[in-house]
Amino acid sequence: MSTNKMDVKQLRIMANTVRQDVIRMIAEAKSGHPAGSLGMTDVLVTLYFSFLKVRPKKPKDPERDYLVLSNGHICPALYAVMANRGFFPKKELMNLRKIGSRLQGHPHREALPGLESSSGPLGCGLSQAAGMALGLKMSGKKNRVVCLTSDGEHEEGNTWEAVMFAAKYGLDNLIQIMDRNNIQIDGTTDEVMPLRSLKKKYEAFNWSVIEINAHDIKQILKALEQADKTKAKPTIIIAKTIPGKGVSFMENDYKWHGKAPSREQAEKAIEELKKERLRIR
Amino acid sequence: MRLNPNLFTENEEKESTRAGFGKGILKAGKQNKNVVAITADLAGSTKLSAFIKEFPDRFIQVGVAEQNLATVASGLAHVGKIPFITSFAMFSPGRNWEQIRTTICYNNQNVKIVGSHAGIGVGPDGATHQALEDIAITRVMPNIQVIAPCDAIQAEKATIAIAKTKKPAYLRVNRQKSPIITTKSTEFKIGKAQLFKDGSDVAIISCGPIIYEALLAAKELEKKGISALVLNVHTIKPIDKKEIIKAAKKTKAVVTVEDHQIHGGLGSAVAEVLAQNYPTRMEFIGIKDRFGESGSDKELYKKFGLTYKHIIKAVKKVII
Repeated sequence: MSTNKMDVKQLRIMANTVRQDVIRMIAEAKSGHPAGSLGMTDVLVTLYFSFLKVRPKKPKDPERDYLVLSNGHICPALYAVMANRGFFPKKELMNLRKIGSRLQGHPHREALPGLESSSGPLGCGLSQAAGMALGLKMSGKKNRVVCLTSDGEHEEGNTWEAVMFAAKYGLDNLIQIMDRNNIQIDGTTDEVMPLRSLKKKYEAFNWSVIEINAHDIKQILKALEQADKTKAKPTIIIAKTIPGKGVSFMENDYKWHGKAPSREQAEKAIEELKKERLRIR
Repeated sequence: MRLNPNLFTENEEKESTRAGFGKGILKAGKQNKNVVAITADLAGSTKLSAFIKEFPDRFIQVGVAEQNLATVASGLAHVGKIPFITSFAMFSPGRNWEQIRTTICYNNQNVKIVGSHAGIGVGPDGATHQALEDIAITRVMPNIQVIAPCDAIQAEKATIAIAKTKKPAYLRVNRQKSPIITTKSTEFKIGKAQLFKDGSDVAIISCGPIIYEALLAAKELEKKGISALVLNVHTIKPIDKKEIIKAAKKTKAVVTVEDHQIHGGLGSAVAEVLAQNYPTRMEFIGIKDRFGESGSDKELYKKFGLTYKHIIKAVKKVII
């Protein structure tokens, strides 16, 4: 199984491609969640093009690494990354949220090969990932499990049940990457429900904690490498992101959590991203 | 069908259906190394002790966290395990219903949900711990099988059977000791109802240990010249339409009996089958839109209208 590792410049270019795909997909669907999708694009691209062992043509390969997307609403970014990685044809991306599509509004495991779980209802991805990690350990297997979560879903009790559980069973084959973007549907996390120091909370729960700027691909790679080496504890990478990253009028505005751009807005966004692409080195 | 010869004699044997589950999971565990047990701080109460002793490395304790119980199990099933999750039915599938819906049923993961202490028969713990809605909330979900065994032997067989099905299942078991109705040689097949007693005037359709009251009612009715058929619909989903329609055609009158709310339970499931295929006069014995309370199982069955005497009254009403 090859990881087809891209270098940092290639990863940046791929992230730009994915961001354009995400804008086009959500604009075409006329609904969806652009802010989180754009915010986690760099992480997803780095995972699929430089870290995870996956075989797009054999998605159920028993030796694969597992990616569990807990905050399922950012699936446009996951779908775009999967299509670019070769799991399914790119033209299918325009079917997002349409009748009969394999690209459901929130991911459905049974619909699209390569998805490890159906998700969207928040707070239950981490415990599924922990269950997978424990099951793999029980079977003496080396596969890794990576779970993407949001900061908002740390308001769910189920998340903290999973946090305790993963620490109790020393799941060092589990890496959580939390999208720390400080927004949720009704406003900023500070207004809706202050989460305070997630770093201190996780340390108290006996997790290994790494904080990064998750738009710096070198930092993402380094954090993953460190997480991989950590023994006897699960690792959380607190990924500080800018919601709507890459599109000036979406960045840091919670109103773009779950709103599709109009055709004009989408065109403007694509223009910005195309200009940005020329600056990548 | 040949029932336990000791039934209704001085030698009547009693055992809880949860104890039957405990024996079943031990056997299922011996048959398949992928069977694992997970509990939310109720290993003893849900009779996992023998399994834990035999397979300590295949037991997982999540603490008092039923949502985690269901979702960790979904993850375990995803990597090839066959998790049996145990708690009180009130909390699993009660508290963790949405997790079961999304991560087990929608994902179609091979998880077995074992809800113990179901029904008002749980007794003195009171209404907070008496799951009277679990059949209703599980049978509405696609992909899941819903089974309520009538005695310990059947619970053991049902446990072994669901371990082999490769899809979600809910197994409803009970705290209280109840009569052994079937025998070791009684065949158990998921989705296949059992004709415990033939009859021609009325069909009493039931599931779970309360079917003992139905058999008792049939015995009493016989003395009064009323011939009652008793059908054990241990599998509420997928339900045995054929046997239910056959019983209705034969008797033209149906009484359903369950230790569960009449809304959404076995009675509703039977009514759905008959309304579409063979509309039949029906009466429903069950909890009638109320919460339970503390008391012994016998006292509660009497107070809430679940005894053979209540069944006889319902039979007389339905046959006109």
